[in-house]
Amino acid sequence: MKLIILNDYDQVGEWAAKYIRNKIRRFNPGPDRFFILGLPTGGTPLGCYKKLIEFYKKGEISFKYVKTFNMDEYVGIARNHPESYHSFMWNNLFKHIDIKSENTHILDGNAPNLVEECDSFEEKIKAAGGIDLFVGGIGPDGHIAFNEPGSSLLSRTRVKTLAQDTILANARFFDGDLSKVPTMALTVGVATVMDAREVMILITGVHKAFALYKAIEEGVNHMWTVSAFQQHPQTVFVCDEDATLELRVKTVKYFQGMMHVHNKLVDPLPSK
Amino acid sequence: MPSNKSVSNAPITQFVNCRILRDHKLQREDLWVREGRILDPEKLFFDEEGYADQRVDCEGLIIAPGFIDVQINGGYGIDFSQATSNVRGGVALVAKKILEHGVTSFLPTLVTSPPNIYHKVLTEVKVHSGGVEGAGVLGCHLEGPFISLEKKGAHPEQYLRSFQLGGMLDLIETYGTLDNVAMVTLAPELPNSEKVVRELTQRGITVSLGHSVANLSQAEEAVQHGASFITHLFNAMLPFHHRDPGIVGLLTSDQVPQDRMVFYGMIADGIHTNSAALRIAHRAHPTGLVLVTDAITAMGLPPGRHTLGQQVIEIQGLHAYVAGTKTLSGSIATMDMCVRHFKQASGCSVEEALEAASLHPAQLLGISHYKGTLDYGADAAPDR
Repeated sequence: MKLIILNDYDQVGEWAAKYIRNKIRRFNPGPDRFFILGLPTGGTPLGCYKKLIEFYKKGEISFKYVKTFNMDEYVGIARNHPESYHSFMWNNLFKHIDIKSENTHILDGNAPNLVEECDSFEEKIKAAGGIDLFVGGIGPDGHIAFNEPGSSLLSRTRVKTLAQDTILANARFFDGDLSKVPTMALTVGVATVMDAREVMILITGVHKAFALYKAIEEGVNHMWTVSAFQQHPQTVFVCDEDATLELRVKTVKYFQGMMHVHNKLVDPLPSK
Repeated sequence: MPSNKSVSNAPITQFVNCRILRDHKLQREDLWVREGRILDPEKLFFDEEGYADQRVDCEGLIIAPGFIDVQINGGYGIDFSQATSNVRGGVALVAKKILEHGVTSFLPTLVTSPPNIYHKVLTEVKVHSGGVEGAGVLGCHLEGPFISLEKKGAHPEQYLRSFQLGGMLDLIETYGTLDNVAMVTLAPELPNSEKVVRELTQRGITVSLGHSVANLSQAEEAVQHGASFITHLFNAMLPFHHRDPGIVGLLTSDQVPQDRMVFYGMIADGIHTNSAALRIAHRAHPTGLVLVTDAITAMGLPPGRHTLGQQVIEIQGLHAYVAGTKTLSGSIATMDMCVRHFKQASGCSVEEALEAASLHPAQLLGISHYKGTLDYGADAAPDR
């Protein structure tokens, strides 16, 4: 694991975006070799997406030969509902860049057969050749995507019932009306993300600190599903100082000492 | 990028680098158009896997919905109240010229005239969509002849009428037809007016109160029967009085039915209404304000004498008078001038000023689902 510790949310977004940008440039995608990217939604990656859009506008990156697979989507809300993950991706990334619709993949929460939809999503990832870089976030309860505490670490894309806490937390996006909040979601499994060739997890804020501690300083445990990535050969955790507040000083000092090496991954811009 | 659309092969234009007026705010968003309609790009992306065929760089300019002028008597030498040999040509000329002022739809307005004028003009001027060749005609606005003698303004006295045959019969006799009529201005204090107001409203024709000495209760009754507009507020009506506000009182009346709203036209040319009065009306009822030009034949022409209806008017600078008097005969300000003056005089936002000339008239006419907005599905002019 590489643990990248930056000062604040904005720096995390910028570092992560540069990492993605450089990875794609070094890969040098083309019509016969697409770069396959796994993507999250939510507040954490917003800063990263803003920066990616900036890099696209500056001509530093193109998404023409990039395919994306999103982690999750709610079941039962309209695709164009302002809170759907389709809307999130359109408004916060897709509409600002040169990605083609047929290269984006988001689970369809309104599919007539949800199990088939999940299985077909796994097939599509396989058909694309697997994911080169899966970007994700972490919940305060240590979950990755909607793999809430207790989810099998061998799980695959499936339908999940949302935890009561999650539903309550989401109520504010649905006019405070609990009856309008989705109770189920489709999500990639822990193993689905583990299959990716590389994983990058973004963690910002003090409310995520305990989860980060559990994820990297304690053992692999299905109660903190992000801990599964201790067994992945290529993981990068990018966090801000606030998120490190529950870690041992030793851990933090060790990785801060490595920053001059890790920063070479993001600067300078690799030539095409 | 070549298009790849499952719904339609028509070319898609994407306007980028612009600010669009949507949800009452100016937003940095691209505007997508296909086949004369505003397109939802998210739907296009996910449902059709489609994208733009051409991009137009707007260099930071604002894209606003086309203005709608519900009171315009002519311009550029054309007088809509004259039965010339080429009525259609005259309307088409004005329609083309007002595109330059941002007006994409209008109601050719006829002032009080003898029946033969109405019979001729109303059969010639048809409702039709606009485009590159000119603004669209939404129907005619008949301002008179069922108006008050005391408040006739520049209208010719000898052609004023009342509802002596009971109401609708008077209308048919005078106008000949109600086809292609979008609005009628009348004085509600005239006996038998309620029947007329109700019947016109039922036919989908907007009833406007104006050129009237009605008191507030007469005006409120008319609104309850269906009237929804006030023709050039303050002009040609009783002035506001604190014990009987008259028609002006409709702006804050509590007798207006719950599900409806009264709109009012304002000629914001800096001449027809004092800026302070404009501000009072705007602050009392901002969502009902509709900018109108009330432009006359001389709009767009050099100073001098010109014809309006059956009378002669004289241009002096930005003023137009009934020749030989100081009675204002109409305005020669263009719609874009009115929008700018309204914003400057009222201190309102750019969005409010633009909506007063687009969204509000569309709401008044009940067409706001496809005009006066840049919402998905609304009309958009065909590409050049």
